[in-house]
Amino acid sequence: MSTAAKTRVVGESVPRKEGVDKLLGRARYLDDIDFEGMWHGATVRSTIPRGIIRAIHFDPRIDWSEFAVVTAFDIPGKNLIRLIFDDQPCLADDRVNHCDEAIVLLAHPNKQKLRESLAAVHVEYDPLTPVFTIEESEGQNEIIWGEDNLLKSFLLQKGDVDAAWIGAAHIVTGEYRTGAQEHLYIENNGAIAEYNAESGVTVWGSLQCPFYVHKSLMAVFNLPEDKVRVIQTETGGAFGGKEDFPSTICAHAALLAMKSGHRVKIVYDRMEDLAATTKRHPARVLHRTALDADGKLLAMDIELATDGGAYRTLSSTVLSRATLHSPGPYVCPNVRVRSSAWATNTVPYGAFRGFGAPQAIFAIERHMDEIAATIGMDPIELRRRNFLHTGDTTATEQVMRDPVILDKLLDRALAESHYHARRARFAKENPASPVKRGLGISAFYHGSGFTGSGERYLNSLAGVDVTPERKVRVLVSSTEFGQGTNTILTQIAAETIGVDYSDVVMAPPDTSIIPNSGPTVASRTSMVVGRLIERAGAQLLDMLRNHASLPEEFTPDEFFDACERYRAAHGEVVSLCRYEAPPAIFWDDETYRGEAYPAYAWCVQVAQVAVDTVTYSAEVEEFWSVQEVGRVLNPVLAGGQIEGGIAQGIGYALYEKVIWQNGHMANNQMTNYIMPTAEDVPPIHVYFEEIPFAHGAFGAKGIGELPHDGPAPAILNAIRDATGVSFTAISLLPEDLFAKLSEHPVAEPATV
Amino acid sequence: MSATWPAIRFTLNGDSREVHVPPMKRLLDVLREDLRLTGTKEGCGEGECGSCSVRMNGELVNSCLVPVLQAAGANVQTVEGLACDGEMHPLQQAFLHCGGAQCGICTPGMLIAATHLLERNPNPTMAEIREGLSGNLCRCTGFIRIFESVISAAAQSERSTRAR
Repeated sequence: MSTAAKTRVVGESVPRKEGVDKLLGRARYLDDIDFEGMWHGATVRSTIPRGIIRAIHFDPRIDWSEFAVVTAFDIPGKNLIRLIFDDQPCLADDRVNHCDEAIVLLAHPNKQKLRESLAAVHVEYDPLTPVFTIEESEGQNEIIWGEDNLLKSFLLQKGDVDAAWIGAAHIVTGEYRTGAQEHLYIENNGAIAEYNAESGVTVWGSLQCPFYVHKSLMAVFNLPEDKVRVIQTETGGAFGGKEDFPSTICAHAALLAMKSGHRVKIVYDRMEDLAATTKRHPARVLHRTALDADGKLLAMDIELATDGGAYRTLSSTVLSRATLHSPGPYVCPNVRVRSSAWATNTVPYGAFRGFGAPQAIFAIERHMDEIAATIGMDPIELRRRNFLHTGDTTATEQVMRDPVILDKLLDRALAESHYHARRARFAKENPASPVKRGLGISAFYHGSGFTGSGERYLNSLAGVDVTPERKVRVLVSSTEFGQGTNTILTQIAAETIGVDYSDVVMAPPDTSIIPNSGPTVASRTSMVVGRLIERAGAQLLDMLRNHASLPEEFTPDEFFDACERYRAAHGEVVSLCRYEAPPAIFWDDETYRGEAYPAYAWCVQVAQVAVDTVTYSAEVEEFWSVQEVGRVLNPVLAGGQIEGGIAQGIGYALYEKVIWQNGHMANNQMTNYIMPTAEDVPPIHVYFEEIPFAHGAFGAKGIGELPHDGPAPAILNAIRDATGVSFTAISLLPEDLFAKLSEHPVAEPATV
Repeated sequence: MSATWPAIRFTLNGDSREVHVPPMKRLLDVLREDLRLTGTKEGCGEGECGSCSVRMNGELVNSCLVPVLQAAGANVQTVEGLACDGEMHPLQQAFLHCGGAQCGICTPGMLIAATHLLERNPNPTMAEIREGLSGNLCRCTGFIRIFESVISAAAQSERSTRAR
């Protein structure tokens, strides 16, 4: 049983496991790898959003015999990217459904010649009418996917919403919108592949989920498990952007390797990566809320719609998480959430840190402030009156058995930010100043691990083994891409087994070596996979005590001696554990009811924002985040997760806007897709309350996605506080502020 | 083919090097492809992200915007030149302990920019640190721990200066 018992390694800020290699510049990312005789690959992409491919012309001035050329025709297995639903082709065949969809692949030994050849492939289309927005897709004038453009829908119901309106003292409605967001990992997508008729396909890639790629390659090449090998290389940021997309680029590189007979590397440049890879789903959320005279929630009627792009990819699961986070951390007897994901002719939207939750939480947390303003109540007080507490029931009728301490988080957030004193100061200063300051808050949860029955279906396997070189190796498919997987899993193994941090290493992230511990997503690595490592470590000690005379108390040396005795007598020293759901966890996919998540991380954030009424810029000046994520396994890494997530959330709110032109991302450069820089990120204050979770590794719950969920509503609430003007859509750039603030002039400064 | 290009010579991390490459080839590509120093990264290829930052004659430059011809005769420093005799540079040590590196892809450029900053200004204010690193994008950390790393390294070198 995990407890907050005294630990040696867990809870310490040991340095990042692969940190020295990264700092010395010797960590090998995909593009740092060079094989003798390797060719380079490139992609011919659609220039229209929707149409029938009539013909592909290859300019005769180019000697194409020097090239490997791959089209859909060359695919040995199924022409699809296998994930959840088989609708996305690996290469467009007879039609294209979004701009920048891959049609032809080219490889050549010379990068320069390859680049020049791209323009010499001409695709001839019969264009079809494209669909670009949720509204156009809902309208169904053009059917672009299935029978009705509807990628997925959910209905979550609790109580009787329709009966609740009559007795309500207040009914408040609101519509909230969020835009697309780019992951903007600094390392673009890339893959290297080799193909051999006997041994099959091997790919190296910058990726999060080796077994997702593995499964998809098996389908594309019609190969059995043991003929496909996927190796993750050092990965320079992912944030969900390397969850599903690598299945595509790895398949492309492998097809070129097969056709050319050489190893082939494909590395996107920034413009191609931005135009052709996934982004966060845009969303539209309608709230209709009934309250009694005391401001207690009576009913929440929520309609949530997302833009899924051209293929379903992860839209169903993103929608599920959005649905389950849409009612916020509040108690309400009557809840109805109707959610739907719609197809459009844009690049498929995919996984991005938060996975639907940031969209849903933006809506509910903005809406709470709108309700407060409408009924004349302080937004803090409104939240407090409706917070979930231990023992309360959520919208899916999940009973909160573990402690819920939202009041405590809120109190600490208010105290640390000197919320009331600051607001009083701004109330005094604002009227005489062209710069209006305000404070805004957001309160929210993030469900840790896969939704509903997801972890049961994943059935993850993970463990440890001991090498003859006297190292414990962690065996997982959970990958490192900056968030700290290597470090925390190593800490957990060292702690459980009773060896030093330096005695533990990660097994290479290679599907021919590691078991499938599931994808590296959904804030599941610390809690779910970490717990498997903790159990596997304990199981290993039992095994050594029973079969290799490991004493009850031992030194690391005695431990490794016992391992060698075991090896001599029984062979490999390995201990694997399979996922076991915590007891009393039940989820019904049909009725959408039950334990939506085994655990929740909780957070209250406060943003201080200054709005300049002359330049119309909004700047976050300071930020506070108080969270409960179970036991903190590594304070430095955990703090870094929170700060980094908040910075991305600030970008989501105020900086990052994808501009679409006929279905193509028009600002696909770092010059004009703007993320916060070192000069834009405010001081961020991070505080943890720790309540160990009984079924997570040493009490850990999920942490990685949580911090991205709350900044946008907190910031827009602060802008409302500063200016009295409500903004309901992000991203909110100066031109958007100008458009609305110039209509609603805020109090004029006495002098300018 | 390479032999057809005239030699371009420069000093790289203290060693003199000679390359025979097209003069307009990007310094970034010469470092990575011809000299196999892959610590310097490409993030955007247009001088926005700073992942390819190197120092050239004491100036901080984006090596994706520098034709190698411009580096002829210059003194170039990359991340591989920071550690000395197997000992990490104080900034590298500070990044390791303060959590200044996460995914690590911006780290080499960030370290070079931070080195440049501290050499010109050993005790920078927070505003000076922010300004000094504003040409280097990090998507993981939110910069906070990078700032702390720079402050910690500055304090460390001040302590060692005093100790002398």
